[in-house]
Amino acid sequence: MLDLLANPNTQWVLVGTMLLGITSGVLGSFALLRRQSLLGDAMSHAALPGICIAFIIVGSKEMLPLIIGAGITAYIGTYLIQAFVKHSRIKTDTAIGLVLSVFFGIGIVLLTYINRNATGNQSGLNEFIFGQAAAMVRSDVNLFVIAAIALLTITFLLFKELKIITFDREFAQGLGLPTVFINGLLMTMIVASVVIGLQAVGVVLMAAMLIAPAITAKYWTDRLDVMVILSGVVGGLSGLLGTLISAPISGMPTGPLIIVSSCSLFFLSLIFAPKKGLLTKAIRLMKLRRSTGDNQVMQGMYEFIEDTDRDTLSFEDLIRVQPLSGLRLQQTIKRLQKRNLLHPSSETYQFTDKGIKAAHQITLNQRMLQMYSMHEMQFAHLPMEKNNWDFLSLPNSEQQPLFELLTKHELFPSVLQERNEDR
Amino acid sequence: MTYTMWIILTASLVSVACSIVGVLLVLRKMAMISDAISHTVLLGLVSAFLITQSLDGLAMFIGAAIAGILTAVFIQLLNSAGVQADAAIGIVFTFLFAIGVILVSMFARDVHLDVEHSIMGELAFIPWTTVDWLGIEGVPQAVWMISIVLVINIILLFVFYKEFKLSSFDPHLAAALGIPVVFLHYLLMGMTSITAVASFDAVGAILVVAMIIAPPATAYLLTEQLGKMFVYSAIIAVLSAISGYYFAAILDTNIAGMMATMTGFFFLLAFLFSPTHGVVIKKIRNRFTTYSNDEA
Repeated sequence: MLDLLANPNTQWVLVGTMLLGITSGVLGSFALLRRQSLLGDAMSHAALPGICIAFIIVGSKEMLPLIIGAGITAYIGTYLIQAFVKHSRIKTDTAIGLVLSVFFGIGIVLLTYINRNATGNQSGLNEFIFGQAAAMVRSDVNLFVIAAIALLTITFLLFKELKIITFDREFAQGLGLPTVFINGLLMTMIVASVVIGLQAVGVVLMAAMLIAPAITAKYWTDRLDVMVILSGVVGGLSGLLGTLISAPISGMPTGPLIIVSSCSLFFLSLIFAPKKGLLTKAIRLMKLRRSTGDNQVMQGMYEFIEDTDRDTLSFEDLIRVQPLSGLRLQQTIKRLQKRNLLHPSSETYQFTDKGIKAAHQITLNQRMLQMYSMHEMQFAHLPMEKNNWDFLSLPNSEQQPLFELLTKHELFPSVLQERNEDR
Repeated sequence: MTYTMWIILTASLVSVACSIVGVLLVLRKMAMISDAISHTVLLGLVSAFLITQSLDGLAMFIGAAIAGILTAVFIQLLNSAGVQADAAIGIVFTFLFAIGVILVSMFARDVHLDVEHSIMGELAFIPWTTVDWLGIEGVPQAVWMISIVLVINIILLFVFYKEFKLSSFDPHLAAALGIPVVFLHYLLMGMTSITAVASFDAVGAILVVAMIIAPPATAYLLTEQLGKMFVYSAIIAVLSAISGYYFAAILDTNIAGMMATMTGFFFLLAFLFSPTHGVVIKKIRNRFTTYSNDEA
């Protein structure tokens, strides 16, 4: 591995792919939030005819003219998509697919034409379809460095404007920002990041370079500035991983490996991200189901005692007084017994002292919620949703009207009081 | 049949089969799904080859069809996990396609499984692999496959026409009326998959996408009736195929690419000059209207 890293060719490729990852990650964030991810797919396909036309005009594989050609047709494609949507009843997804396939078709026509008719050294053009990072040379990388620095600097300097236009275009217009110009600039920058990525990952897979890092970053933060930086880091990291994995294996294509790396990072985030990940969500849901189950059983038992004055329940009683059934009920009972809220017996069920108090609190809270819902206008000032519907933690003065309503409707939980009086 | 006729026949069958599913996809705003499915077919082909170690047509067909439907399922899964629709499509198909390319370059290099070919197609080779079936001789394999898929598409369309129509225009009403919307969704995904697979080998992914999206989009600008939209888009698709072939022959270039180009040309014509929705026609009509108002 170290030998490979010492190889100057690998170093150039590494720098190149990482830079591409960073720029497309940063600009992809904006594309994603504007719901234009697939536009990148159309742009990269639309770049192919431009590359071919530039080659026909210039007659050599020099990178700069090819990239300019690519940029021009990619921009025309993007403009056409917007024009089709604006001036006819064609929807965005149809317009994107149409431009993508037709421009690519034109590109293939031109490419085949060049391959069959040109005399010189034209074989490298096919590389643009699937990308060939390994073919990157020093002059290419120099070009990428300039382009990447320019794109990142503009993003940094105009970050505030880009942010406003991404989230609220009308507001930006109201502020007097030149929205048309900024919008055009952002579009041009996205086109530029797509175009310089083509050589490494190719037309077909370029879309993923815009989407995957950005959506990965979105799982870790809600702030745009953090997301943009994270997305750049993820993009750069994917470039690094893809290049390092593919370098030692002969014939292993770099572009697809970069894509697989960034998609893997996305899948990991999708599952394990701390706040929005599926695992966290699943755990949260499980906890919620458990605590709801506990509360339902406790309240059901409490109300049974309230109604019948018997303080021991048979299993049949228990099934009748609460909504859980089968395995979930048995698990809940076990859990309550473990928490020392129920006496540990398997035939009949009885609250412990600690249990009856807890059940009292649960029932009280539930009935306060009922009162709250019946008289919502009166209590509209209480931030209950934020407090997770916990009425017991309210200050006494706020609780008092709820207590009065409970007494009026004869719903105040009574078991605990009666017991205290008995003693 | 001559060599030319076989190619034109194949391309026409492909275009009609594609335009049928295309109309439904375009109306349901799911056009990009066809792009996704036609790319992931590659992974299905490679997997089928790696499992069976042969290039047997049926195994390949089944593998690719499964890959296509899985693509739709994955996109749906990501979507319901909270990933926005466009990003879900973009991630799933690029990921699966990238794996396909990696598998080809690792295990299937020496085999006739060319990634480039899968994208661009090579219609010119079609008439050379023929299969005799049902006592009919000398018919190219691709023609058999596409004909079967076309027949399946037409039958399914007729059987579920009312259901497809309602669930395309008003999915909520359809669901409320008890039409199995989810079943129809996956039925359409299945139709898209088998169409993409059957067309894939002959014309390549890119013409499949062009034929699925462009002719229906063109027809969408020409008519307000679903029935007519199917007929118009089939006609436009066949016209694109035929004109594309002859232009390609004149310029000595890729046939599938030229056909895709022609679908774009016909769309542009409709976009500009459609009697009801054309941009130029609308402009002329506006000018005319203002004129007569002034006189009055």
